[in-house]
Amino acid sequence: MIAIGERINGMFTDVKQAIAEKDKAVIQDLAKRQTECGASYLDVNVGTAAADQEGAMAWLVETIQETCKTPLCLDSQKPNVIAAGLKAADTSMGILLNSSPLNKKNDAEVLDKFIEMAQSAGPEGKIIALTMDKNGVPQDVDTRVAIAAEIVEKAMGAGFEMHRLFVDPIVLPVKVPDAQQQPTNIIAAIGQIVLLSDPPPHIVVGLSNLSQGAGERSLINRTFLVMAASHGLDAAIVDVLDEQLVDAMATGEMLLNKQLYSDSYLKAYRNA
Amino acid sequence: MPVPRVADTFKGAVSRVTIGATAEEGGTRTTTVTVGGASNVVYGGDPGKLGEKPVIAVDVPDSAPQDWPEALAGQYKDVFDDPAAWAKKAADEYGADVICLKFDGIHPDKGDLDADHAVKVTRDVLAAVGVPLILWGSGNDAKDNQVMPKVSEAAKGQNCLIGTVTEDNYKSLTAIALADSHKLITEAPLDINIGKQVNILVSDMGYPLANIVTFQSTGALGYGIEYSYSIQERQRLATLGGDKMMAMPSIVDVGNEAWRTREAKSDAPDWGPAEARGPMWEAATAIVLLQSGTDIIRLRHPRAVATVKNFIKEMW
Repeated sequence: MIAIGERINGMFTDVKQAIAEKDKAVIQDLAKRQTECGASYLDVNVGTAAADQEGAMAWLVETIQETCKTPLCLDSQKPNVIAAGLKAADTSMGILLNSSPLNKKNDAEVLDKFIEMAQSAGPEGKIIALTMDKNGVPQDVDTRVAIAAEIVEKAMGAGFEMHRLFVDPIVLPVKVPDAQQQPTNIIAAIGQIVLLSDPPPHIVVGLSNLSQGAGERSLINRTFLVMAASHGLDAAIVDVLDEQLVDAMATGEMLLNKQLYSDSYLKAYRNA
Repeated sequence: MPVPRVADTFKGAVSRVTIGATAEEGGTRTTTVTVGGASNVVYGGDPGKLGEKPVIAVDVPDSAPQDWPEALAGQYKDVFDDPAAWAKKAADEYGADVICLKFDGIHPDKGDLDADHAVKVTRDVLAAVGVPLILWGSGNDAKDNQVMPKVSEAAKGQNCLIGTVTEDNYKSLTAIALADSHKLITEAPLDINIGKQVNILVSDMGYPLANIVTFQSTGALGYGIEYSYSIQERQRLATLGGDKMMAMPSIVDVGNEAWRTREAKSDAPDWGPAEARGPMWEAATAIVLLQSGTDIIRLRHPRAVATVKNFIKEMW
């Protein structure tokens, strides 16, 4: 499982404050701790509070990379904010651009721009594409898969290899009226998206969104993670500092025969 | 629509391990060997990803072996009681890349020789040859824990490959290998899960993963080679999949296993001449295991050494 650490996000108060006060230590500590807990990428999201989002993104990227070599996942809906982060970043370890829908009402070419930016970042430049289009977020399985198919086709047409593409079927909070069908729909969609090409694209979810507002957040997150992994989910934006979640992730991978068993497999998983 | 690019990539590579230290590096070896480095399956098609060439380690017993068949023992008649001369012959005449000094003689059932003997043999062999050394215990935990630390100390600075450590007995030899800066062999009984576990245990003691060579145990042709083969293969696939706990070069013990087989040692005239059968069995076992992805081959008979050397030269 490719774990993308979610903590460097302006939606968290400590990060928001650190951005406002240019307090590097808070950010660098989060980068270090998430890396130690096994994050393959560090998500970087300036949140909504910063007035100068491009400047804040560049500052976060520079601050993290002063002390940490873990590849970054630049997270914004705005291509110009991603571009600002990309400009500041050392991409030699790889970089993930998060995220683009298939298209937008006011920008039919948004996905092409993301692919282009990722290609400009070298052979390890990758993107997350949402199964979402100008009509918004689909609720059903078929529309999610249809959008994913268009995304895959567009990427292939641009010569963008599948291992550089992460498709995000968009996880919605389960604690919303009539939303309880969604986890099942997402799992069904994942099972079909992995059949779109061979090798398939990566499948990623923003896991914590699922338990937004709920009690038992960690339990809900890790249970869904394991369920989805058994259908082809191979990446997730998660709280890697949640030990039980990482244990569940490791155990799921071991049971799916993706990691060799050893008595200390939990430790091995974190060290890998 | 253009044909899509569907190239998949491997995440991991076998680590590179160097054995031996020259004068500039604080030792007295005249040559060193580096193994590992593959980032593809064996014969995976991309010559740039093959890694280093496999190497041959020739066995040198610490004392005259009791149970070697004539077809093999005859090759070392003149040096049978002299490990230093034996090592020199193996390196100079037979072309060993590495000498594997095997301390069977310290085993309580095979001579029960003491640490002074083992240290002397180590020093003598180091003085006799310039190639790097593998220092391999007797397999008796108690005796190895008593003797091998002294052997390690006697070879300090020579960057040897020392072993073996197992899931049940790893602490003292790992600590001494760390202190004396030797590379380490981790052993498992044809069990990939234990193979991974012992690497984790050793790395928990602060021993670097990059200095480990794995020994998954070896079966000869006709005597379980398929188990060895599939474990070597799984190790390589786990490595390529990014499992850092399995991403080490490996060693196989072909000489000992091949010469235990009936086909190699029996005096059965209707099976053809014994002097041809043994080396053939040994070479065939080695060549099969090379294709499973291994890096250091322990051999005994000079004709097997020559055949396998030639195979490596032609194929890598």
